[in-house]
Amino acid sequence: MSETSPAASGTKSLMPSAQERAKLRNTRRLKDSISKWGITTAGLAVVAALGLIFFYLFSEVFPLLKDAEVEVVDSYPVAQVSSAENQYMLLERYEQIGASLTSAGTVEFFEADYGKPLVNYAVDLPAGVEMTALGKSTPNNGLIALGLSNGELLLSQISYGLTYPDDKRKITPELDYPLGETPIVMDPEGKALRAVAVQATGRGHVLAAITEDNRIQLGVYTSRKNMITGKITSNGRVFTMPGLPGDAKAQFVQVDQTARHLVVADDQAQLHTFAVDTPSNASLTESVPTGRGQVTAMEFLVGTGSLVIGTDSGSVSQWLLVRDPKNVYHVKPVRDFEGLPNAITTVSPEYTRRGFLVGDSEGYLGIYHGTAARTLLVEQVAEAGIAQLAISPINGKLLILDQAGTVQVTEVWNEHPEISFSSLWQKVWYEGRSEPEYVWQASSGGDESESKMSLVPLSLGTLKAAFFAMLFAIPLGIMGAVYTAYFMTPKMRGLVKPTIEIMEALPTVILGFLAGLWLAPFLENHLPAIFSILLLMPVMMVLVGFGWSHLPGAIRHRVSDGWEAAILIIPVLLTGWLCVAVSPHLEIWFFDGSMRQWFTNNGINYDQRNALVVGIAMGFAVIPTIFSIAEDAVFNVPRHLTQGSLALGATRWQTVIGVVLPTASPGIFSAVMMGFGRAVGETMIVLMATGNSPVVNFNIFEGMRTLSANVAVELPETAVDSTHFRVLFLASLVLLALTFIVNTCAEIIRQRLRKRYSNL
Amino acid sequence: MKNWFKSGAPWIWLNGGAVALCIVMVVGLLGLIAIRGFGHFWPADIMQTTIVDKAGVGKAILGEKVRSETIPAAVARDGGYEIGDDVELVTRYLVKEGNRDVSARDFNWYLGIGMGEWEYPENAVSIERREWGNFYGFPQQLLENGAVIASLGEETFWQELSERVERSLDIHSDISHIEKGAIGRINHKLERIRLDKRRLELQGADAATMAAAEAEFAARRAELDAQYVEVKAERDALYKLLERDTLIATVASGREVKIPLQNIVRVTRPNAMGVFGKMGQYVERFWEFLSDEPREANTEGGIFPAIFGTVTMVLVMSIIVTPFGVLAAIYLREYAKQGPVLRLIRISVYNLAGVPSIVYGVFGLGFFVYILGGSLDELFYPESLPAPTFGTPGLFWASLTLALLTLPVVIVSTEEGLSRIPTTIRQGSLALGATKAETLWKVVVPLATPAMMTGLILAIARAAGEVAPLMLVGVVKLAPSLPIDGNYPYLHLDQKIMHLGFHIYDVGFQSPNVEAARPLVYATALTLVLLIIVLNLTAIRIRNSLREKYRSASD
Repeated sequence: MSETSPAASGTKSLMPSAQERAKLRNTRRLKDSISKWGITTAGLAVVAALGLIFFYLFSEVFPLLKDAEVEVVDSYPVAQVSSAENQYMLLERYEQIGASLTSAGTVEFFEADYGKPLVNYAVDLPAGVEMTALGKSTPNNGLIALGLSNGELLLSQISYGLTYPDDKRKITPELDYPLGETPIVMDPEGKALRAVAVQATGRGHVLAAITEDNRIQLGVYTSRKNMITGKITSNGRVFTMPGLPGDAKAQFVQVDQTARHLVVADDQAQLHTFAVDTPSNASLTESVPTGRGQVTAMEFLVGTGSLVIGTDSGSVSQWLLVRDPKNVYHVKPVRDFEGLPNAITTVSPEYTRRGFLVGDSEGYLGIYHGTAARTLLVEQVAEAGIAQLAISPINGKLLILDQAGTVQVTEVWNEHPEISFSSLWQKVWYEGRSEPEYVWQASSGGDESESKMSLVPLSLGTLKAAFFAMLFAIPLGIMGAVYTAYFMTPKMRGLVKPTIEIMEALPTVILGFLAGLWLAPFLENHLPAIFSILLLMPVMMVLVGFGWSHLPGAIRHRVSDGWEAAILIIPVLLTGWLCVAVSPHLEIWFFDGSMRQWFTNNGINYDQRNALVVGIAMGFAVIPTIFSIAEDAVFNVPRHLTQGSLALGATRWQTVIGVVLPTASPGIFSAVMMGFGRAVGETMIVLMATGNSPVVNFNIFEGMRTLSANVAVELPETAVDSTHFRVLFLASLVLLALTFIVNTCAEIIRQRLRKRYSNL
Repeated sequence: MKNWFKSGAPWIWLNGGAVALCIVMVVGLLGLIAIRGFGHFWPADIMQTTIVDKAGVGKAILGEKVRSETIPAAVARDGGYEIGDDVELVTRYLVKEGNRDVSARDFNWYLGIGMGEWEYPENAVSIERREWGNFYGFPQQLLENGAVIASLGEETFWQELSERVERSLDIHSDISHIEKGAIGRINHKLERIRLDKRRLELQGADAATMAAAEAEFAARRAELDAQYVEVKAERDALYKLLERDTLIATVASGREVKIPLQNIVRVTRPNAMGVFGKMGQYVERFWEFLSDEPREANTEGGIFPAIFGTVTMVLVMSIIVTPFGVLAAIYLREYAKQGPVLRLIRISVYNLAGVPSIVYGVFGLGFFVYILGGSLDELFYPESLPAPTFGTPGLFWASLTLALLTLPVVIVSTEEGLSRIPTTIRQGSLALGATKAETLWKVVVPLATPAMMTGLILAIARAAGEVAPLMLVGVVKLAPSLPIDGNYPYLHLDQKIMHLGFHIYDVGFQSPNVEAARPLVYATALTLVLLIIVLNLTAIRIRNSLREKYRSASD
């Protein structure tokens, strides 16, 4: 735009004055740049918002990959909080109050952060008797057994009362005696107890002890509280277990929550398992060498399905109670962790997860997770050996007591130990199972159940659903596309294309509901129909075609080429009706009246909502995707290519096989990929047309659970930022990445093809 | 023959067959939904017959025939029926007997074998009730405060019955008007007072202000309480009125049942109705379905809140998605520097249309609801914490999530529209001295409007049918009130909504009585399908006419 000189003065011009024009130009320039910047900002914002999906999902998943971290925030001498030698240290769930149990039999509560003493409770020990051993249940029960020098055992339990005076939380520590304040005689001979163990079970408390002269005692006790006096009376018996083989000396003892298994570690690097279902008739089932050295610490993880064993060589291993086919339980080492450099001194299980902390004799700390077989941290945190590790129930704070008598207050970050490559994608040996398996069972029944988060069943389910859907959709979609693009008359094409587009737009919730409520019961009752349709339909089409070609020309020529599909509609309907009508008779003739029953009798599982139903319903949803893109590719094959082929004498079909398909094949391939992408991510159909059971098989008559359906079902009920929550985000990220990659490949292939067509 | 095979003609027929099969499937599916959906409203005749049950005992039944099927006799034998060995196939009928309060099951299968003649007694009625589902039986007497007013056989009986049902329906609508309107408003105001007070506390107002405010709040509260007492008295009086009438009826077995009239929604006597009567009834039921609220855990009544919720959500979504989608498309097509980076971006944006919708739901729940919503709550609604306002799934987040989901659709469609505009038009405008913005807004964009409309319609169609993400971000099975009402701020963006698609999923798969809910699911599905087909056909029409227009313009 060049400046023009103003019109000569004198003559009256309609043109605005130079000043006005300049102003107008400025406004226009301003508007132009506002428009430019506004649109650019909005455009980039939209692109960024879409990109944000990736980043956000990844940021939610990222913490799963992080290892544990500990940071020492303070330390104080143990003497400050423990008047005698500390035997056991605990931390409660609000991470405010610590408890220290001393060898003098006192329980002393203190402020965990500063070591300021709060309350002391003295346990009344009989005169002249001292504490010789200490055993604890899994930490969530908070039971502590004190083994005494006169062969008696006193069971105590620490609990915390919560009140909210003035809207402020007040925690009151309490000490209870679940079996009463009178100690229980574990050894009638009155020998001192060297080691004790306790668990709360469905039938009361089970107690175990090793006496000074190497006998193993087991007691089963129940208690009753008098409602008026509040006095607790206990009731039970003590049994003596068979002795250990050879001259082995029992060192550690543990008993599980079912009160059926007693595990003893001796001084010759062996583990002994006792079956104590009927304590009066207990037997030693097995003695196995640890193979990892002398046991120096042994604890059950929460749920008591597995033991963690630390040895003098610093090895840390997890042992499961595994049932063999004869219903006999064995302890089996299933996981070895990256050990600590020195002898293990203490093992401290977490309260609600299968995680545990381990300390060694030179001040190294290890944090592990059992199910995930994951070593989250190995770090030297103290100069002297570690005596006690008190982790809080919410895993946020840890008190480390070393043998030099220093208590270190540490902050812990260990949010997601359950996840590792092996726990997500490999077979895992879960507690209570007889072999490693792929299991998805993330919604836990309670704190004690082991969460099983293998993505394999879900991924396989996704692929299974997609596979059967593609099996149904690919032939129909591609063949339909070839016919529509190449053979069909334009008039009919104008009807068919919108129909297919409507098919694409049908909400999947409707397909899913029809599949679940109509198709699934229908198929169940007409199973032979589906197989006979599969066989008869193509035969019928060819027969009709053959018959048509032999009709008198007068009729044949009335319908031009390209109407084959329309001619076939009636025969298709008739064949379908015939197959359904004959289906009950087929069942009677060949399958003893019920094909479904016949399947079951022949060892094939049949679920009403199965992969076949999903295959058909999702195939229906995928056909239009494949159809549209493939049709586009075939239709756009340059005319001169096909005309050349026809001119050389090839038949129409030969032209299709020899020229059209090879040229359009990348487009058809990309159509299939797009269809696959859609099938993988489809949610509602799978949700409604399968039983959503995460099975690992490819049986067409069983259901599956896919990644997407799993997210839809479980995410609304998951705690925000929990491991389960993040794993579901991981599942979404996997879906997103998978479909994005597949679609991008397909899109690039398509664009290449378009370029090639324009060059041809 | 050999030649015919050699020429490849069978393959052509097979390919044609694939198309035929697809068409048959689509049309069949639509037909199935239409027949089942529309059929739901037709007042079916009530049949009466006798059957022989598994134990060989005869029994009279009364109800509507739902469907019948033929099964191999072996299956029935497995089910415990005694059937002669020579029988191969048996027919069985599913009969809706209703009367959940009398017999536990309202739907039962009965074998055709041993079934008596079917009769259609003229006095058989089906009564839709507010509780216990439908009642099938014969009315006997009408009581007012325990005294007989009319008996079956008297001329005025039917007249009297319908008048009295009408009266109780009127009272019911008055009551629901009071409960939803007046009482709802009072509760809303009380809640606002509580929030105002809490806000003052949070702001750390001093004692004097607090006291003054407290006095004012107390006055306002007292006034509302007084209003409430008044309204409640009015409502209680109406409830009292409702209890007046009772209908005594007998079921098929002859047992007498008392049905309070306040429990009755509709009494129909289908066997005594002519075709026109039934058509009238049909229209009435259809209208009730579209305009009423659901009853009995969504398995009866209407779907109005679901329609309303879907429409509101889609409207809010359109308001968000249109400007952003259009601007993004204009940016990509007109302003961005064309090159490999832009190509990558464009492919990515296009591909986002193929990303599973559930992923958007996950993103919406995590980012919009928990992060954005949580921050909004802390900033603007601290007074109602810890109860979340926007920090929980709701209408706005559902709309926003769907807007994100449909952005690619709008962008792709708008871009296509922009690219179809002949360059000559653009060049013409620029040659006349228009700036780029002027060319864009006065020439290009108006020409591309139909394409944008197409995109928007397709986006709406997709959003209306999408369910999976909504399950995470704001759709519930039963919303207590509509997202738009008479209480400030009128449009409640934080409220949870009902949705047609989710309604189908919920009623069809989560309801305890699937058989009773089935017809309703079909009807809901039909509504949704019709909505979506209409939207799509509109989009296709616009697009086709657009193509024609530019074909002639560019020639």
